[in-house]
Amino acid sequence: MPSASQLSQVFGLPLYLDLSALWFVLVGILFVGYAVLDGFDLGAGTLHLLARSDHDRRLILNAIGPIWDGNEVWLVTGGGALFAAFPLVYASVFSGLYLPCMVLLLALIFRAVAIEFRSKEPWKWWRNFWDLSFCLSSTAVGFLLGVILGNLAQGLPLDAQGNIRIGFFELLTPYPVLVGLLTVVLFTMHGANYLILKLEGPLAEQARFWAQNAIIAFIILYAMVTGYTLLYLPHLAAPFRAFPFLNVLPLITLFVIANIPRELNQHRPMLSFLSSCGAIVMLLLLFGVGMFPNLVYAIPPGPLNLTIHNACSTTKTLSIMLLIAFIGMPIVAAYTISIYYIFRGKVKLDSTSY
Amino acid sequence: MDTETLSRIQFAATIAFHYFYPPISIGLGLMLVFMEGLYLKTGEKIWHQMAHFWTRIFGLVFAMGTATGIVMEFQFGTNWATYSRFVGDVFGSALASEGIFAFMLEAGFLSILLFGWNRVSKKTHFFATCMVCLGAHFSAIWIVVANSWMQTPAGFHLEIRGERFPANYPLRVEDIPHARAVIEDFWAMVFNPSSVDRLTHTVLGAWLTGAFLVASVSSYFFLRRRHLEIARRGLRLALPFAAVVSLLQFLSAHSTAKGVAANQPAKLAAMEGIYKTEAAAPLTAIGWVDEKNERTIGLKLPGMLSFLVHGKIESSVKGLKEFPPQDRPKVQPVFQLFHLMVACAFAMAGLAFVGTALLFQDRLFSPNFAPSRWLLLALVPAVLLPHIAGQAGWFVAELGRQPWIVYGLLRTSQGFSEVVSANQVLTSLILFSMVYALLFALFIYLLNRKIHHGPDEDHLPKHDGGIPARANA
Ligand code: HDD
Ligand code: HEM
Ligand code: HEM
Repeated sequence: MPSASQLSQVFGLPLYLDLSALWFVLVGILFVGYAVLDGFDLGAGTLHLLARSDHDRRLILNAIGPIWDGNEVWLVTGGGALFAAFPLVYASVFSGLYLPCMVLLLALIFRAVAIEFRSKEPWKWWRNFWDLSFCLSSTAVGFLLGVILGNLAQGLPLDAQGNIRIGFFELLTPYPVLVGLLTVVLFTMHGANYLILKLEGPLAEQARFWAQNAIIAFIILYAMVTGYTLLYLPHLAAPFRAFPFLNVLPLITLFVIANIPRELNQHRPMLSFLSSCGAIVMLLLLFGVGMFPNLVYAIPPGPLNLTIHNACSTTKTLSIMLLIAFIGMPIVAAYTISIYYIFRGKVKLDSTSY
Repeated sequence: MDTETLSRIQFAATIAFHYFYPPISIGLGLMLVFMEGLYLKTGEKIWHQMAHFWTRIFGLVFAMGTATGIVMEFQFGTNWATYSRFVGDVFGSALASEGIFAFMLEAGFLSILLFGWNRVSKKTHFFATCMVCLGAHFSAIWIVVANSWMQTPAGFHLEIRGERFPANYPLRVEDIPHARAVIEDFWAMVFNPSSVDRLTHTVLGAWLTGAFLVASVSSYFFLRRRHLEIARRGLRLALPFAAVVSLLQFLSAHSTAKGVAANQPAKLAAMEGIYKTEAAAPLTAIGWVDEKNERTIGLKLPGMLSFLVHGKIESSVKGLKEFPPQDRPKVQPVFQLFHLMVACAFAMAGLAFVGTALLFQDRLFSPNFAPSRWLLLALVPAVLLPHIAGQAGWFVAELGRQPWIVYGLLRTSQGFSEVVSANQVLTSLILFSMVYALLFALFIYLLNRKIHHGPDEDHLPKHDGGIPARANA
């Protein structure tokens, strides 16, 4: 593990181990929150076209209707927190991965307006167009997030200034693409589990069927990604070799994942949805442990990695932000829970629906 | 074109497009609080109908605001990487606070505002509306604070290769990749010399946007003899409010301009086209900047600028010639856009005051009284005035700041992402332009439809409507 890299000498940053590690965890929590919450509405988007009738599609749309926007804010807040806590990562990654980021932004725009516009006109072509946009953009968001994550883990050509020079197609190597696909099926499975909770009758049965298929695809891809990681990305497995007790984490992950089909078969949709939330948390936790204390691996992994030490803000900023987070997060948690509570239960269409 | 120019165009285009929606969200949000508050207080069904009608429009605007806002949040990193590394320690916390305090609040309670009519009590709904409105104001606070810090940086020192330097240390080009601004005093950063003035000014502008939107649509309804009672109430609510706010806006604008004179003298000189430092500097009502010969021709009020800035006609105002050419902003656009903003301010104040006067004389709604008819006709297109003023204002603030991205510290030409090629920015710029053009057309189309559909006069809060799969218009 590189302790103080070249970059930290360039910037002369002392090692703020505690605070910067804490911020690694906090930024991580924001992105995990994003994946768990927006994950299911992205997955619902991927599944959207599988529902054939207009009525069914409206039901799916309104199952996520009141909450998807709030879910997406987790990404915005995560981005802001990344900027504040690790500005070098924010700057290097988003400029280095310029085109994927732009496509991601366009997909997020299209998705937002597709949800808003779709049911505003009764015409068939209009609704088909926005249905397609909704499905494609939801899928693209999951895929691109996976590709970005895969590249951070696999390593990027970082120079001493923290600049990443890489072409668009060089980002689409097998590993990131696999992680992208894994993210899509993970969200699809998660979304199907959510829909079972919110829908009734035959459509709920259909969602169960989707969930059962998605979980199979997910397990296959998960095995592939794990195999690839162990074979070709040994740096990600290093912490597990260094601290053997960490190996309980992959075991818990397997258990949680295996629990999803079990609960599905037992017709306990709440538990299968919670298990799929747990699976996302565990997968990102494994990813975080594999990365720590790095935020971006350089090629070859070594002193040029962006780490929590050489890429972070000063202690002063990190402690101010900590105070802001401690005031803000409980309030956010409180009203987020109340809002999920207010919109609990099965979807019903009414005059305010999409 | 190079990466820098294209990134500037892309930033300007995306922020200008984004800034079409936030002032409506902020201003209309406040109008919704008024309407629902009146409904709670009086129990009159009509306020509920109005709130319901405007909520639908609010939802549409808000969706566009969030969709375009996300682009802004990430664009600092994608296109302005050097800048982001330089300012991250100071600037990032404002952006993160915005996420936690503002966006979460807005987006969370928006769902109750839009979809909760039949699910929660009147009071809870009113509370949600207040929270959405508050969230929109919070987001204005944080983003304007962040931007103001770039205009008048404060509360920080510089760090170059790990060594500490004072805030006013002149950065050398070779230092820039190893330099950053480091926070010293959070509150000095938040309350930097321009943030309070500019925040007040921006928020008042947003309130005018909301008031003029309600006034315009209400006038339209009234002229078309539709939804008469709703139209009357809309005007009664919006016009006096607009009159008061436009007065406050003059005061706030005056204070803002004084701040600019003190902190960014080159910008003030460009706003009024002043080249020579002179006593009794004139205020130009309309004019043209002759950039070649470094003078401004037009209709001038001698001594007025000196008086407005320093309170004394004899005082002198610094001219552009005091600044080396590479430190001057472009004068013509700053000058013209500034005058456009001021013109809009006078037009809005005029309309709002005449309207309020007619209202108090009980003549606004008498169809045969010609001035009332004309005023209502003028109010319909007047919905554009606050938008024009707001956009012009931002362009004045940002173009007038040039050539600096962080005033006096970092130049715009030094802030962009080195690793991004011009072709990549061109690609994204073309994509954004096409998508935004399409979205804007659809937005206007749907907005127009919602307005034509009008409020549902018989609407009552229903439990479980189960309305068939027809457009919710
Ligand atoms: C004066 C107000 C104002 C200004 C100058 C800006 N914004 Fe904005 N922004 C808002 C006021 C606002 C808002 C009222 O809060 C919005 C508009 C509608 C909405 O949904 O929230 C919003 C939405 C919005 C969102 C989406 C939030 C969500 O998902 O709910 C983001 C990420 C940003 N903005 C970011 C920015 C950035 C980075 C800006 C500057 C470069 C910026 N905004 C200028
Ligand atoms: C908050 C942080 C902000 C940053 C870091 C920022 C930075 C920039 C940058 C880099 C540019 C392009 C270079 C240039 O100045 O020409 C720009 C231009 C511009 N910005 Fe800002 N800006 C911010 C906020 C805003 C906001 C909130 C608005 C208005 C809503 C705004 C309005 C504009 C406009 C209209 C331009 C065009 C001027 C031009 O092309 O030069 N900016 N800004
Ligand atoms: C007599 C009328 C007005 C004057 C003298 C005035 C003055 C100014 C000045 C000096 C600035 C530049 C501030 C800076 O760069 O720091 C500015 C910016 C701005 N103005 Fe105005 N203004 C007037 C009316 C209006 C109106 C009516 C609106 C909107 C409805 C408006 C919206 C804005 C906005 C959004 C900005 C950019 C944000 C900011 O810098 O505060 N202005 N105005």
